[in-house]
Amino acid sequence: MHECKCKRSLAGFSSVLFVVLSLVKVFLSQSPEAACLSAEDISPSSNGPRDDDPDDLFAGVDGGSVSGQSRPQSGRVRPLAGPDEEENRDTFDIQISVSDPEKVGDGMNAYMVYKVTTKTSLSIFSRDEVCVKRRFSDFLGLYSKLASKYMHMGYIVPPAPEKSIVGMTKVKVGKEDLSSVEFVEKRRSALERYLLRTVKHPALLKDPDVLQFLESSELPRAVSTQALSGAGILRMVNKAADAVNKMTIKMNESDAWFEEKQQQFENLDVQLRKLHASVESLVCHRKELSVNTASFAKSAAMLGNSEDHTALSRALSQLAEVEEKIDQLHQDQSYADFYLISELLGDYVRLITAVKGVFDQRMKAWAKWQDAQVMLQRKREAEAKLQYANKPDKLQQATDEIREWEGKVQQGERDFEQISKNIRREVGRFEKDRVKDFRVVIIKYLESLVHTQQQLIKYWEAFLPEAKAIA
Amino acid sequence: MMQEGLDDGPDFLSEEDRGPRAVNVDLQTDATLQVDISDALSERDKVKFTVHTKSTLPNFKQNEFSVVRQHEEFIWLHDSFVENEEYAGYIIPPAPPRPDFDASREKLQKLGEGEGSMTKEEFTKMKQELEAEYLAIFKKTVAMHEVFLCRVAAHPVLRKDLNFHVFLEYNQDLSVRGKNKKERLEDFFKNVVKSADGVLVAGVKDVDDFFEHEKTFLLEYHNRVKEASAKSDRKIRSHKNAADDINRIASTLYTLGTQDSTDLCKFFLKVSELFEKTRKIEARVAADEDLKLADLLKYYLRESQAAKDLLYRRGRALVDYENANKALDKARAKNKDVLQAETTQQVCCQKFEKISESAKQELIDFKTRRVAAFRKNLVELAELELKHAKGNLQLLQSCLGVLKGDT
Repeated sequence: MHECKCKRSLAGFSSVLFVVLSLVKVFLSQSPEAACLSAEDISPSSNGPRDDDPDDLFAGVDGGSVSGQSRPQSGRVRPLAGPDEEENRDTFDIQISVSDPEKVGDGMNAYMVYKVTTKTSLSIFSRDEVCVKRRFSDFLGLYSKLASKYMHMGYIVPPAPEKSIVGMTKVKVGKEDLSSVEFVEKRRSALERYLLRTVKHPALLKDPDVLQFLESSELPRAVSTQALSGAGILRMVNKAADAVNKMTIKMNESDAWFEEKQQQFENLDVQLRKLHASVESLVCHRKELSVNTASFAKSAAMLGNSEDHTALSRALSQLAEVEEKIDQLHQDQSYADFYLISELLGDYVRLITAVKGVFDQRMKAWAKWQDAQVMLQRKREAEAKLQYANKPDKLQQATDEIREWEGKVQQGERDFEQISKNIRREVGRFEKDRVKDFRVVIIKYLESLVHTQQQLIKYWEAFLPEAKAIA
Repeated sequence: MMQEGLDDGPDFLSEEDRGPRAVNVDLQTDATLQVDISDALSERDKVKFTVHTKSTLPNFKQNEFSVVRQHEEFIWLHDSFVENEEYAGYIIPPAPPRPDFDASREKLQKLGEGEGSMTKEEFTKMKQELEAEYLAIFKKTVAMHEVFLCRVAAHPVLRKDLNFHVFLEYNQDLSVRGKNKKERLEDFFKNVVKSADGVLVAGVKDVDDFFEHEKTFLLEYHNRVKEASAKSDRKIRSHKNAADDINRIASTLYTLGTQDSTDLCKFFLKVSELFEKTRKIEARVAADEDLKLADLLKYYLRESQAAKDLLYRRGRALVDYENANKALDKARAKNKDVLQAETTQQVCCQKFEKISESAKQELIDFKTRRVAAFRKNLVELAELELKHAKGNLQLLQSCLGVLKGDT
């Protein structure tokens, strides 16, 4: 596993300070958001220089992390992180399925409703099994809320699936053809993967918006998503970060880890996109192959019919049957190509955009900190000038402002440290998940290829004696 | 730059390819006359075939000799058979199709133009692919020209043809130019007339059951073979496209493998290696399907056309015979030019009967050849498909074993 080395010089002291301050915040704060945020930051690693443990997130005191909507049981207090905590993380006890797409309404105002079923033994949920009905814009709404809450802190929030005007229009218009059925299935599967990724994230799982999404029967309609999609939000956030980057001088990267990681993700992005494009092409060609094989099978059957030598005629008909079975195989294989590999790659291309966004957020935090330092300097200079001018009330104001900006500088530095720490942890978790995801999917894919070859062998072995029987 | 390597035309025919390469036709080669194409050279826009003959027949000056021939000379030979009235009662072996490297050349050119947009490894790989494709087309055209000659050599009557002997022996250029525009236009009109005629002739019901059946059979069979041939070509093209995609996927996985900072790097490299190998097998599957199925269908498309042509000639002879009969009756009724009419009628009758007799045998042979060729190719196709599927399976399973064990 990739070890990240963090250079903690001054960080050690300020983290301890931060921990103390956060603890105070936890017990005094009323707002759910703040509670959620700060609790996560309590971790043993901040007590001194130590390599970041990516699974630290649940190390915090559970009771304090739950929002005002907490129920008595949820205040299960857990001791500070030990190695067992990591074990629990891996036996992740929640299953989510998205199923039963149903069309509601008619014409252009129609929409699809999906059933979201959550089965879990985690106590933050009120029941073992919950079923709710959600529509696509609900998912987008959830993502937009989570992104606005967590992205600026350096959390990698899984993006929601893309909107598709073309796909949805066909469905709305009521075309019952194969392509709209495929579209709905593709979307259903994407929504399911989206939810699973979201709850896999330890902080997001406990977020009240997520819990509300999964449990409550009525959800306020997310209106802003009509204009925005998951990717749209990411783009907006990234654009803001880009603007910031262009304005500020190049960040003095004191930590080579970040530079290295950014470059790695850049490279990964390029290659994954390329791979995705090739796989999409393969899916397309395999579908074509399936269609052409079916068409050939028919023509071979016709040829067999017109052949007047009996044994040859029979063999040709058998050939036609074999080809027909093979066409079905190709079709099944192309579905595997698609649902296993192509969609995974698409998901990761979007996820990496989120990762890059998070790195940009860090740069934004750094810029804010730098700006605060510049402001502080100016205020100090202004105060110095006022010292000579002898204007007591203005001097007082200047001194106040200095204190204010000192605070902002400290906050800026803290935020920057915090987001850097979060990102390290998030990236570690992300990479671990990535390795697992790809491994699992690729092995499944190879197994599907094995199955195809086994079937091919079966079919041709059945045909061979027929061909030999031509006399 | 790329053309150079191909135009040198080294001896593309490996040792294993010599000897009767009659893929589609089941022929008995006998010692009295053996013909094969021992060598071939591909130049910028033409192919030069070395036709090698071994014969114990007295007609030839030597027992073994070779000449160099080009495609046009094969066409000249074929056309001379078609135009020869004596051979009207035989299925004339179909002419080999013109060597067509245009598509392949175009692809190579496009590759050259796109050189900048891909990595060196990708470029080398694709270049090798295209060169292999070029080679495959080359081998095919050689095979088809050879099959034509072998068919002629195996035919009891055609093998004695004088033009054929000249073709085999005369070691100078036959100075056969390709047909010019005027001649090709004439051919075109001849074909139009023939097909119009063909419809007319086909409409005449034949008293002879055998020929009536053959006519119905061949008309339908020819159309179905055409369908099947076109569909099999499309299928094989899709297969090749899919194999190309797997090629690109393998390359990208390799790059990912070298770049990745996690344990996935080994994973990607292994899978990339796997796909490289399976892709080669997929490409071979497409190539074998092309050879055993698509080529077979194409060949029998041409042969069934030749058989249809035979039936047409017989039909024409029948119509001429019936017209001669009518003319004779009319002459007898008017008692004018009776002798002439009788002679004409005699000639027509003989011609018709001669054609009918040989046509019957030819059509029976055609069926025998066809059944044998299909059997051979379908068996070989199934065997190759099995071989490749088993190869693929083995690669996949061994890779899976390694990958699963690596956790």
